[in-house]
Amino acid sequence: MTEYVLILISAVLVNNFVLVQFLGLCPFMGVSNKVETALGMSLATTFVLTLSSVLAYLTWSWVLVPLELEYLRTISFILVIAVAVQFTEMFVHKASPLLYRVLGVFLPLITSNCAVLGVALLNVRQEDATFLTSLTYGFGAALGFSLVLVLFAAMRERIAMADVPEPFRGPSIGLITAGLMSLAFMGFTGLIQP
Amino acid sequence: MIRVSSPHAPPAGNTGGVMRQVLYATLPGMAVLTWLFGPGVLLNLFWAIPMALLVEAAILRLRRKPVGFYLGDWSAATSAVLLALSLPPASPWWLILIGVISAIALAKHLYGGLGMNPFNPAMVGYVILLVSFPVEMTRWFAPGEAPQLAESLRLSLGTHASPDAFSGATPLDSFRNLAGDAAALAQQPILDGRLAGQGWELVNLGFLAGGLWLLWRGVISWHIPAAMLGALALTALPFWLYDPARFASPQFHLLSGAAMFGAFFIATDPVSAATSRAGKLVFGALIGVLVWVIRSLGGYPDGVAFAVLLLNLAAPTIDYYTRPRTYGHDKPRRGMGGDG
Repeated sequence: MTEYVLILISAVLVNNFVLVQFLGLCPFMGVSNKVETALGMSLATTFVLTLSSVLAYLTWSWVLVPLELEYLRTISFILVIAVAVQFTEMFVHKASPLLYRVLGVFLPLITSNCAVLGVALLNVRQEDATFLTSLTYGFGAALGFSLVLVLFAAMRERIAMADVPEPFRGPSIGLITAGLMSLAFMGFTGLIQP
Repeated sequence: MIRVSSPHAPPAGNTGGVMRQVLYATLPGMAVLTWLFGPGVLLNLFWAIPMALLVEAAILRLRRKPVGFYLGDWSAATSAVLLALSLPPASPWWLILIGVISAIALAKHLYGGLGMNPFNPAMVGYVILLVSFPVEMTRWFAPGEAPQLAESLRLSLGTHASPDAFSGATPLDSFRNLAGDAAALAQQPILDGRLAGQGWELVNLGFLAGGLWLLWRGVISWHIPAAMLGALALTALPFWLYDPARFASPQFHLLSGAAMFGAFFIATDPVSAATSRAGKLVFGALIGVLVWVIRSLGGYPDGVAFAVLLLNLAAPTIDYYTRPRTYGHDKPRRGMGGDG
């Protein structure tokens, strides 16, 4: 049990995928203009990330390793992720057309969210990865992504009203803010001894 | 006969007045620090304040704002004092300069200046320095062995040969290093000068006095300091009871490091903190918990600066979810499908 809690804390805070490992930056900058959109995006990403992490693990241990095709992992994981995203997109389209419209192009773009592929690849690199640790790791990475995405969106809504000097408006102040957030997250360094 | 009708409230202070009161309130803590660590503390201040005013004036010029008007609000000086007080005494001049530029230019003016900075400027400066120059930033003298003026000046100018000769560990460092010996440490009475140790509890009491004065003057509200210190003590208590050898006692946490300074002077920054009362309580309490977590489990000896920055970045979200109900309206719904 402790092991899973540690994996969760590590993926959410200490090794946060966005602010510490700098993965998944494009949706982080792209969908963080409004809190509502960010919440929708984080739900969709959480679902995809957890699902694809597990699917990638299953592909790895049932297909790639028995057939000794480990070198095909990147391309096969991309395929698995694309399927998971397509499935999510169809579901969101049916369940919440409004959210589907709001998320727009960013929903299919989860396919190219490097955090998703990153989680899948990092997962199978660990020797002792099991079904449950992959699930926890994927879910933790998604929680961490959602947490900082929502915090960042609320912050950007506030910055949008500030008198930011002209050359720094928009994405540049967003990136500076992300840098300062990353600096704050360095406070979690050393929380979990490897 | 002139009768003044109610409300008998004192006239609302302008920004400059509030900032000056904050500056006055740092005096007791500043005095204790100087008494313990020598004139190096004052050297920090005398170098940081003019540099801060210079950077502020330069940026105001660049942004074509009225320089005199904005310099009169004392905010740059306040940030500089708060930063200088958290740096080790007799820090090298370039260290302070980098810190001041990060605080004033990066954390404040890039976001539009006073009143719009999402992060506490002094703490941004401090954390940038701590992450970039860990050696210089952890060089505290052992109290009582602080160098005299000439020596401090040489240290500040960077012409001293071996500054490591008289550095001492802060109590939070000692507690970490002495994990096995902590039971012996814990036997010492709190004001003995050894436990929370080496005069640090006096520094904290100094800042506590200044903070209480600020409370009494109505410059800050009680919510954030009370929530932060309460949460810090309450988090420390069960762990200390469970294993006093590994975890420090609540009074140690309250009276060491930057606990009081952070609670009354840093976390209460009205711009970067949460605004509603409920929000302030959540904001302060989470800072307290994070300070304990980073101090006890993390890689840095003191967590106040990181905890404040982490909650600064959470403050807009806290505000978003704790917006009070407007009279005559329903409680706003938050989240997806909410009205924003």
